[in-house]
Amino acid sequence: MDRIYLDHAATSPMHPKVAEKMLEIMNHHFGNPSSIHSFGREARHLLDQSREVIANSIGAKESEIIFTSGGTEADNMALFGVVESYQHQGKHIITTLIEHHAVLHACQKLEKMGFEITYLPVDETGRIKLTDFKAAIREDTILVSIMYGNNEVGTIQPITEIGHILKDHQAVFHTDAVQAYGIEHINVNDSHIDLLSVSAHKINGPKGTGFLFARENVKLAPRSFGGDQERKRRAGTENVSSIAGLSEAILISQKERSDKREKFKSYKEVMMNELREASIEFLVNGSLDHSLPHVLNLSFPGINVEAMLVNLDLAGIAVSSGSACTAGSIEPSHVLVAMFGHGSERLINSIRFSFGLNTTNEQVVKAAQETARIVARLIK
Amino acid sequence: MIYFDNSATTKPYAEVLDSFFKISNDFFGNPSSLHGLGSQSEKLLSQARIQMANLLNVKPGEIIFTSGGTESNNFAIKGAAFMYKKRGNHLITSSVEHPSVSKAMEQLEELGFEVTYLPVDKNGKVQVEDVERAIRKDTILISVMHVNNEVGTVQPIREVGKLLEKYPNILFHVDAVQGIGKMDLPLKDFGVDMCSISAHKFHGLKGTGALFVREGVGLTPLLSGGEQERNMRSGTENVAGAVAMAKALRMTMEKKEKGIEKMKNVQRGLIDDFGEMEGIIVHTQIESASPHIVNFSVPGIKSEVFIHALEQEHIFVSTTSACSSKKKSPSKTLLAMGVPEPIADSSIRISLSYENTEEEAAAVLNAIKRVVNKLRKVMN
Repeated sequence: MDRIYLDHAATSPMHPKVAEKMLEIMNHHFGNPSSIHSFGREARHLLDQSREVIANSIGAKESEIIFTSGGTEADNMALFGVVESYQHQGKHIITTLIEHHAVLHACQKLEKMGFEITYLPVDETGRIKLTDFKAAIREDTILVSIMYGNNEVGTIQPITEIGHILKDHQAVFHTDAVQAYGIEHINVNDSHIDLLSVSAHKINGPKGTGFLFARENVKLAPRSFGGDQERKRRAGTENVSSIAGLSEAILISQKERSDKREKFKSYKEVMMNELREASIEFLVNGSLDHSLPHVLNLSFPGINVEAMLVNLDLAGIAVSSGSACTAGSIEPSHVLVAMFGHGSERLINSIRFSFGLNTTNEQVVKAAQETARIVARLIK
Repeated sequence: MIYFDNSATTKPYAEVLDSFFKISNDFFGNPSSLHGLGSQSEKLLSQARIQMANLLNVKPGEIIFTSGGTESNNFAIKGAAFMYKKRGNHLITSSVEHPSVSKAMEQLEELGFEVTYLPVDKNGKVQVEDVERAIRKDTILISVMHVNNEVGTVQPIREVGKLLEKYPNILFHVDAVQGIGKMDLPLKDFGVDMCSISAHKFHGLKGTGALFVREGVGLTPLLSGGEQERNMRSGTENVAGAVAMAKALRMTMEKKEKGIEKMKNVQRGLIDDFGEMEGIIVHTQIESASPHIVNFSVPGIKSEVFIHALEQEHIFVSTTSACSSKKKSPSKTLLAMGVPEPIADSSIRISLSYENTEEEAAAVLNAIKRVVNKLRKVMN
């Protein structure tokens, strides 16, 4: 049985060219970038090159890129680093109810430390209202953290508008772009973004690597202490091969972005058309207008998500009920709760399909047909 | 080419790379995903954890995967300080720790903790009597490294552990980043509560490490998010990296069986021959050092100059620890040992792996003789 992987939002396979690049570095350029001999200098050069690619990809300066161990560390570094540096200017933070847990749980911890957090609600499509946002801004707001594109339903937030509103406010603007980066065109200057988190394994790079963009003028108290790596902002021997792998993944994604966007958008249509043809009742969680092209979250009235996942898995189709990080727990998705309320049926009948490298039209058709068959069977 | 800088970083074993890429290709799922690919990853991760635990003679639940030695040290020290601050405010460490320990301590001092930095003797060794004298009613944590990264001195971990049997409220953390795979460290017998290791120091990959945390010891997490690693360390697990680390550790420990005597011979040979050379001062005292490090000074010749001259001969050694070798400050460890600054300024560290041979050592020795003569002529 050929398995069909439609869970690229949870994690994605490494691109063969990324693996090739990493293998070469691990074998031949394994030096410690802090060493002063040629092994060290080669490793340092690879880091510099990667930093340039990464900075260019979002319109940033090279000195504004801090390598991390992934999205979670980048989010934590942004939030805790900012509040530590700006707490004398205020104690208020704005975020949303639909953030990834790396932001949400960090915010809950900040609440315990005495910060005041406004969690913005979202509408049924998963988008915040700018009027709500404007109303939430206070003089003592020091940080706004709003994700770029949601990992569970794919909804994209009005990031540029938020950036504009904050342009003349003291609050530092962070966006968790883990799910959006690589598929959306992001420019930190056009959108007035101060901090932006990215994870490599979501864009066909390796796990255990990511970066935080931190605008030059943003003060960011370091979180890990030790060697003077990353301009003293993040200690620890740099993961050179993975960082170069990330940079390779970025170059590939830049080349393929517009094709991929069109392809994935058409997959959404293909999927929904197949379901319609099979007379399967479903609802789209989120919006098709403001949405990441690779994420499609559907609600199937009358089914139970757990039974659905087990059956799809048996059919060789890997999808997810929500974000992988909460999937283990099977608690209702906080994103769907924010969109539809606690009593909603959608909390227990929704499935996320996410497309990526090597996903083909045939796979999407087959997955849709299989889904239709299972839904029809489960509903009886 | 002779690579004698294995304390800075090591070349990953070919088998380690095989594992890494095999898993990255075939089992790339997110361990938190519920589908088959996710559970395969979860299984691989838990196998890696069991393997690590077996090699270290601890329980699998006591192993936490991290992004490396710096994160492990930061997590152990700050996580314990924050968790147990109600018990007391006082921490003890040595004055020759790696910066990821000493700077984490400095950060805690800024947050109101009190830290005692123990002196060392002329060989770089902490005295157990000094530890005992430093202990106060409000001491909550003692952090002492196993093997010093600059000089190779082995600290009296067993004795400190024994002493701490009388003080059940004091946690004992050991930074074993340099010692692991070269010196035995029976964690349970020595009463160690937490122990940090880093994979790229034993032919694993950069960006991976582990922290042993004895059952019953709580740590305040430094990373909030998806609650992976028993809620101690959030972030998608680097499965391929963790499996690669377990393999590297197993291979290193196997190589130790056969290779340790050869390594000792190489070290002894180097130290003896240096002893016979005029004007060379050896800082590593063989009786109290790990077999993989030889630190020496060639007074009158700046270490950077010496390193680049050796590099011309395709020999790679280092000044001091790689993490600080960009700075021109002399070795902290040597200064703590009472070595005068001009001599510390000219110190060189050779660090071996089990791959290095006696022939290489002979070649290095000859090259050093040539370089010393050449540079001395230039100086005069």
